[in-house]
Amino acid sequence: MSEVLEGAMREQEQRLGIRISLSHEKEPLGTAGPLALARELLTESSEPFFVLNSDVICDFPFTDMVRFHKHHGKEGSIVVTKVEEPSKYGVVVCEAETGRIHRFVEKPQVFVSNKINAGMYIFNPSLLCRIQLRPTSIEKEIFPVMAQDGELYAMELQGFWMDIGQPKDFLTGMCMFLQSLRAQHPEKLHSGPGFVGNVLVDPSAKIGENCTIGPNVTIGAGVVVEDGVRIKRCTILKGSRIRSHSWLESCIVGWRSAVGQWVRMENVTVLGEDVIVNDELYLNGASVLPHKSIGESVPEPHIIM
Amino acid sequence: MIQHHIEACAKVPNMKEILLVGFYQPNEALSRFLVSAQQEFKIPIRYLQEYAALGTGGGIYHFRDQILSGGPEAFFVLNADVCSEFPLPEMLAFQQQRGDAHSFVMLGTTANRKQSLNYGCIVANTETCEVLHYVEKPSTFISEIINCGIYLFTPAIFQHIGKVFQKNQQELLLEEGSNGWQRAEVIRLEQDVFTALAGCGKLYVYKTDSFWSQIKSAGSAIYANRLYLSQYSQRHPERLARNSPEGPSIRGNVYIHPTASVDRSAVLGPNVSIGKGVTVGAGVRVRESIILHGALLQDHTCVLNSIVGWDSTIGRWARVEGTPSDPNPNDPYAKIDSETLFRDGRLTPSITILGCNVTIPAEAVILNSIVLPHKELSRSFKNQIIL
Repeated sequence: MSEVLEGAMREQEQRLGIRISLSHEKEPLGTAGPLALARELLTESSEPFFVLNSDVICDFPFTDMVRFHKHHGKEGSIVVTKVEEPSKYGVVVCEAETGRIHRFVEKPQVFVSNKINAGMYIFNPSLLCRIQLRPTSIEKEIFPVMAQDGELYAMELQGFWMDIGQPKDFLTGMCMFLQSLRAQHPEKLHSGPGFVGNVLVDPSAKIGENCTIGPNVTIGAGVVVEDGVRIKRCTILKGSRIRSHSWLESCIVGWRSAVGQWVRMENVTVLGEDVIVNDELYLNGASVLPHKSIGESVPEPHIIM
Repeated sequence: MIQHHIEACAKVPNMKEILLVGFYQPNEALSRFLVSAQQEFKIPIRYLQEYAALGTGGGIYHFRDQILSGGPEAFFVLNADVCSEFPLPEMLAFQQQRGDAHSFVMLGTTANRKQSLNYGCIVANTETCEVLHYVEKPSTFISEIINCGIYLFTPAIFQHIGKVFQKNQQELLLEEGSNGWQRAEVIRLEQDVFTALAGCGKLYVYKTDSFWSQIKSAGSAIYANRLYLSQYSQRHPERLARNSPEGPSIRGNVYIHPTASVDRSAVLGPNVSIGKGVTVGAGVRVRESIILHGALLQDHTCVLNSIVGWDSTIGRWARVEGTPSDPNPNDPYAKIDSETLFRDGRLTPSITILGCNVTIPAEAVILNSIVLPHKELSRSFKNQIIL
């Protein structure tokens, strides 16, 4: 498993004073199998446990979830949220008052309901009796049975939610997150001349002169943004450098990347780790794999390997 | 473009006057140009307007009295849409060497086999350089030596052109049709005169290897710009911009008009020409481009492979970019291709051109596009002609 991940988890362990264990699947076990794999860790106590998908962003309502789960006392609780296009997700049909789930349909072809599985659950340890140690989908194989047994309840999420598995959605989720930050902790956002809208800047980042940053920009630790740069709706990850007079909109710049002078990047251009973009290029929707050096413009969306 | 022609003519000893012959309506810009050119080169220059488009030979035949007034021994004819070193004194010396004071000289250069079909092809005697055979834009390969569109004639040429005119007249009299005179006066030097003169001991070719290019499309202007700037760096290096601590960064050959104002944080070149009264803002990057007079490039813009028209404005952080259409650099005789505008139903990527008085909004990108004059754009455009 990635050393970077292990290192990052050790840091968090110390910072938060809790124990973090890593369970590593030798072969992919789907969305339910890994719970069976971690059976010993999960049954250490008889208390319910959370299961969270890491590729979602929202105002995590963990205390509310615990209260909701203990109130109905059944085996499982799922957080649901309302979306405009439910057919991309697992759709939930439930009773309005109690939240008891009647049916659970994964990626339905016709409209069933506009409430979808937000990817956050609480289960009692007894759930593990339902799961065997083999590749298993929790949405397709476990939830429908639990629903029939009347053991599955839905809690509706208040506030924003986004599945951030795709770069385009990641940026949308980032905008929502920054907006929520503006409402709850505005002091964490950066302001001043040259900053527009919601902008989050790590204290160790350096921004040059005559830049215009924002709206909806996140700048990571140790990032250097040189003079005369315009950035909108982007995430600039740790250790990157954006050289002078460049223009970025809707991009994700990977760790330790270097974007040259007078570069224009737009339309969900994604740079992997340690990518170098030469001066004066134009990248439109380019997806660049890590450690690549880009010497030519990419005028139409393209994956660069 | 024609300033280079005029400068080359002025270098020929005993040059008496320069006549511009064309079908264009004269306008203020042309009149002002003629006045300043006369002052600069100290030679009379006039514009003679054709009453109709008379072809490559009809214009000079129509104005033959003007050309011959003052009794010149010889006169050069230069096509305006070429870019060249104009070895005019050498052509004159070559003609005088031939002995026969009545011979006509055509400037020729070498093209590759495939591209020669796009030009006038010359077959010449290798020793005497007499033109034995001439075909304009043949459909099969004739010769790699092509006609540069630069000629040295004597007054005797008008007899030969006159023959063509009379032949045209006779043919038209046989046909029933109106406007006979006008059509008879349309004469093509290449097809009608040179083809007939070949092999008669009157027409010679002076071959040159110095730079030469046709300027038929905007893309060629960028290439010609590069050729002329390179000529300046060898012949007139004082005309080119140089790096200095208070000035912008200069890379390669760059020409900046003395009245232009360029921020010191801008980076220009290679192969950039900045016209009169242009303003280049902070942190601007210009490469392989021509910026015509009065244009304004605001801060942090990037202009690559483009022509920016008179008095246009490019907003902050905008990007104006074209695609170069240079001849194959590996072939010394390759010429710039006359591109087709469309290929497979789409606009071929080419030099971006902004007409006069165009406004590009801040942060937009204009890629491989042609913007007609006086447009004020509100968004980005790629691979389009914007009317």
